[in-house]
Amino acid sequence: MTESTETRSVGERTTSPEAPAADERENRQSTKQVGLWGDAWRDLRRRPLFVISGVIILLLLAIAAFPGLFAPGDPQAQDLSLAREGPSAQAWFGYDVLGRDIYTRVIHGARASIVVGVLSTLVAVLIGSFVGLLAGYFGGKTDSFLARFAEIFLGLPFVLGAIVILSVFNAGIEGSPGTVRVMTQVILTIGVLAWPISMRIMRSAAIAAKQQDYVNAAKALGASHSRIIFKHVLPNCLAPVMVYATIALGQFIGLEATLSYLGLGLTSPVVSWGMMISDSQQYIISTPHMLLFPAGFLVITVLAFVMLGDAVRDALDPKQK
Amino acid sequence: MRKRRMVAPVAASLSAALLAAGCGGGGGGVTEATGTLEDPITVKWGEPQTELVPTNSNDTNGGTVLNAMFTGLVEYDPETYEPRNAMAKSIERSDDKKTYTVKLKEGWKFHNGEEVTADNFVRAWNYTAYAPNGQQQASFFDRIEGYDEVHPADPDGDGPQKPPEPTAEKMSGLEVVDDHTFTITLKEPFAIFPETIGYEAFSPLPETFFEDKEGFAEHPIGNGPYEFESRTPNESLTLTRYEDYQGADAGNVDAIKLVVYEKSQTAYQDLQSGNLDMIDEIPTSALAGGRWKEELGDQAISRERLGITTLALPLYDEKFQDPKLRKALSMAIDRESIVKEIFNGAATAAEGWAASSTPGYEPGACGEWCTHDPARAKELLEEAGGFDGTMTLSYNADGAHKQWMEAVAGNIRNVLDIEVDMNPVPTFGTYQDKMDNQEMPGPYRYGWVADYPNVETFLKPLYGTDASANYTGYSSEKFDSKLAEADQAATEDKANELYLQAEKQLGQDMPVIPLFTNMVKGGKSERLSEAVMTPRNTPALTALKVAEQTQ
Amino acid sequence: MGRYILRRLLQLIPVFIGTTFIIYSLVWAIPGNPFAGLCGPRGCPPSFVEQMTEQYNLDKPLPVQYVLYLGQLFQGNFGETFNGIEVSTLIQNAYPVTIKLATIALVFEAVIGIAAGILTALRGKGFVDNLVLAATLFLIAVPVFVSGFVIQVVLGVQLDWINPSVGSDPTIGELLIPGFVLGSLSMAYIARLTRTAMFENKRADYIRTATAKGLTPRRVVSVHMLRNSLIPVITFIGTDFGALMGGAIVTEGVFNIHGIGGLVYQAINKQEGVTVTGVVTLLVLVYLLMNLLVDILYAALDPRIRYD
Repeated sequence: MTESTETRSVGERTTSPEAPAADERENRQSTKQVGLWGDAWRDLRRRPLFVISGVIILLLLAIAAFPGLFAPGDPQAQDLSLAREGPSAQAWFGYDVLGRDIYTRVIHGARASIVVGVLSTLVAVLIGSFVGLLAGYFGGKTDSFLARFAEIFLGLPFVLGAIVILSVFNAGIEGSPGTVRVMTQVILTIGVLAWPISMRIMRSAAIAAKQQDYVNAAKALGASHSRIIFKHVLPNCLAPVMVYATIALGQFIGLEATLSYLGLGLTSPVVSWGMMISDSQQYIISTPHMLLFPAGFLVITVLAFVMLGDAVRDALDPKQK
Repeated sequence: MRKRRMVAPVAASLSAALLAAGCGGGGGGVTEATGTLEDPITVKWGEPQTELVPTNSNDTNGGTVLNAMFTGLVEYDPETYEPRNAMAKSIERSDDKKTYTVKLKEGWKFHNGEEVTADNFVRAWNYTAYAPNGQQQASFFDRIEGYDEVHPADPDGDGPQKPPEPTAEKMSGLEVVDDHTFTITLKEPFAIFPETIGYEAFSPLPETFFEDKEGFAEHPIGNGPYEFESRTPNESLTLTRYEDYQGADAGNVDAIKLVVYEKSQTAYQDLQSGNLDMIDEIPTSALAGGRWKEELGDQAISRERLGITTLALPLYDEKFQDPKLRKALSMAIDRESIVKEIFNGAATAAEGWAASSTPGYEPGACGEWCTHDPARAKELLEEAGGFDGTMTLSYNADGAHKQWMEAVAGNIRNVLDIEVDMNPVPTFGTYQDKMDNQEMPGPYRYGWVADYPNVETFLKPLYGTDASANYTGYSSEKFDSKLAEADQAATEDKANELYLQAEKQLGQDMPVIPLFTNMVKGGKSERLSEAVMTPRNTPALTALKVAEQTQ
Repeated sequence: MGRYILRRLLQLIPVFIGTTFIIYSLVWAIPGNPFAGLCGPRGCPPSFVEQMTEQYNLDKPLPVQYVLYLGQLFQGNFGETFNGIEVSTLIQNAYPVTIKLATIALVFEAVIGIAAGILTALRGKGFVDNLVLAATLFLIAVPVFVSGFVIQVVLGVQLDWINPSVGSDPTIGELLIPGFVLGSLSMAYIARLTRTAMFENKRADYIRTATAKGLTPRRVVSVHMLRNSLIPVITFIGTDFGALMGGAIVTEGVFNIHGIGGLVYQAINKQEGVTVTGVVTLLVLVYLLMNLLVDILYAALDPRIRYD
């Protein structure tokens, strides 16, 4: 076993998790509130995984915020005589079928992809976790009702549901849909359809967590529901949801691709990696670089978020210290 | 020689429990059994959009089957697409140019043994045209006298008002003379009328159709070279050759199985691995860099399509009123480069408003306006006073239009310096609705396939004032009167000449921008020595021929 | 336990009605007349549109349509498609194929996913862990339509190992590769979920107790640790079966499998409410029953959970 195997007594574990073993390591004056997160931060900074992924994500965010700095060209500039030319000194990533510079497009595509991915994950996970926490913690009738409600959405197959919802939304638009509007639609659609998954995960984690001794202890001490939920149950349920969220982020960026592919997602002149991948699909054999570069950026982005998620989870989870 | 790869032994017993009908498709080589029910020739197909009845089916998939199952008065040669008499022994025009006397060939039978008589035609046509029957193909009969009585026009198009009730059940222009003779009277003279009735909508229908319509849709009975054998919805349909067929174009293969594919990519791969004998479309992935020509070699099929793709302009929008602006857009588009780079040469740049392979057509009506001339385009735009705001290009996203539409957008953006964005409409249904209701926010792509091999099919329905498919709102007196003159012409040749003159008027007004004509592209397996695609992009089932046995 | 199951079955009813209603009304809410696109660029005669609209009850208000539909459904009548084919026939043809495909995908993802998860958890951080992490990442990051397409071209066309597309009556053998593609994304989830759960349980008290009382490591892992770690995994697998069946749209399209995914996709494009609702109704049923099964399994796996 390569994991750090600090031993702790059983007695320590039954106390609330925000009085962690870290007390023994360092003297801190911080309040209990800061305890868990502050400790996690301390821990995180020492993890190479976190540092690497953090740097990548910062870089990606910078690209998303100021694409012009990284690629001054116009992502729409088209020269059919250059169509499908491979990477060269003028164009590092080559040209696509319309003779547009792939490097410029990949850089300018970061914004849409990252915004859609991050926001839809946030929407889905926040709604899902909140509902799941309530359902799992309170159980009984609340649980039954919330679980049934979630099942209504879960029963709808994902892509299918998205197609139907977006078809309804899109058809209501006069003329060409604005970028913000389409993005919001895609984000909300993904969020609405995906929240039950994190709800289920959170719920089962909460069911397990509320039966732990430390929760019973807190109850016995007369802590309020909200205190127990947010201080005791939630931190112990975050790990599986984190895992899901990091993975979902990648999936949602890919889903945006599928939706764009079906003509329901983002549309030109907005550029997104998803669109670029969809466009390249037909040319995989003759022009592989059209797929390679946007897909590569997509993979790196997902990788960075998953690594970050892993690191945060390890740091947050009191049981794994 | 069937190759079955990676099939676990357990699988066979499990699959036996499932559908018995389907099997993998053709194998590699030609044997005794090839082309029979045991080992039918397989052709890529798609599920038709409506029931399989000629009066009510308008898509190419339905057309492929119905064309083989029914024979009308006139048919088009699958190779040349020239019209010729099929069931009609003769079609003679009266002196007033409005009445045609049709004599039928005798001894023709439907697949159930019923004889085909004049009554079968007249009844079928009347049934289709009668509004309460709600048949898709009704409008094909709108030139016949009495059509307006059986199918009154809706006063507000598709709007809230209901059209008035029909005052007659039968068109007064159709009259049965005897078992094998009937007359057709038109509302107005239409010189090329006999050429136009080769379409499936003009097929005869047997007695059984009128007795049991639902049963008929499940098991259609025609009078054509092939008869219905079996069908598994969403999977396949099998046709067998009708032994008693009297016509010239009788077919060579005994059994043909049409297999439903959702992706042309999959069908293409199946063709390559010998699981399928004919495809009617080549996936974009294989078109790129002309790969399909290399991979299929002499098994590739291509010919010019009898259709045209245009960029239609919303003339109901005040921004598009100036013909100079419309011409500027036309000259900004680099058709040649798009054809070369996006279609990999599998298309031709348009020089007029009809497909250049249309019999009797002379391209060139668009002239200089259809050439790529950035400088002149800019001048024209300036003369037109520029263009305010963003131009939105629309296309239906369920077809393969994105790439070339983006290229067109890029041309306009680069040459004219106009902001352009895209509006992909998810389905063709919604798209059609927007065209119908004149709600397009800007230029939009439009494709038209000829109903009959004459230039008229590219003009009147699209640009005639208030014509059935005139969605742009174009209206020109000069154009209309030229068409009317042509319709009245004494001979078909004279009519053609006048149609071409009418087309010149479009060159003045540029109501829509002609772009290009795509090639009809397909492929066949080695098991077939011959396979023909019609210029309307359907496989000609009667033209299939099995190759010589290989062993 | 019996009462619990009965209660859960009763609870299925509102969920069932809720889902079918949402689907029906969504398809209904897509603007545009579904029949307008049927006649190609020529446009449809209004009489045709009107007649079809009446035939499919589309001229009535939504709730009336829905009740009419439900009434028919309870008599076992799924209705007819726009081209005159019984929806039940389509479902009979398509369902077995998709169930087979989804089952294969499920077996793949469960076996490989759990195995990979356990392996990494037991070995701890190191080469194997990183390898699995990288592999799962890759599976997550590449959209199914890309991976499916690449696999199809490489294995089916260039190497000629498999049929690039599946016939109308696919065998298990033919469905292996599509099943793998379909299951690959969830496989990554399961591997990571298992790994996380195992890590968490590794240091749980009961594990320590079990080890202390002298059980073999093998028994500790297989009986105690695995049993508890699999709870979130089983939740996921349970919910995933339904999702796999509905999510097979892309995979089925790539490999030309005539399952329900393609059926539903086409039906949505055609705005064929009857087909969409019919197919989705069955999907929802499958999904709900799987969920019930998962909850019952909870009780069996986790002694802490008891249903009255």
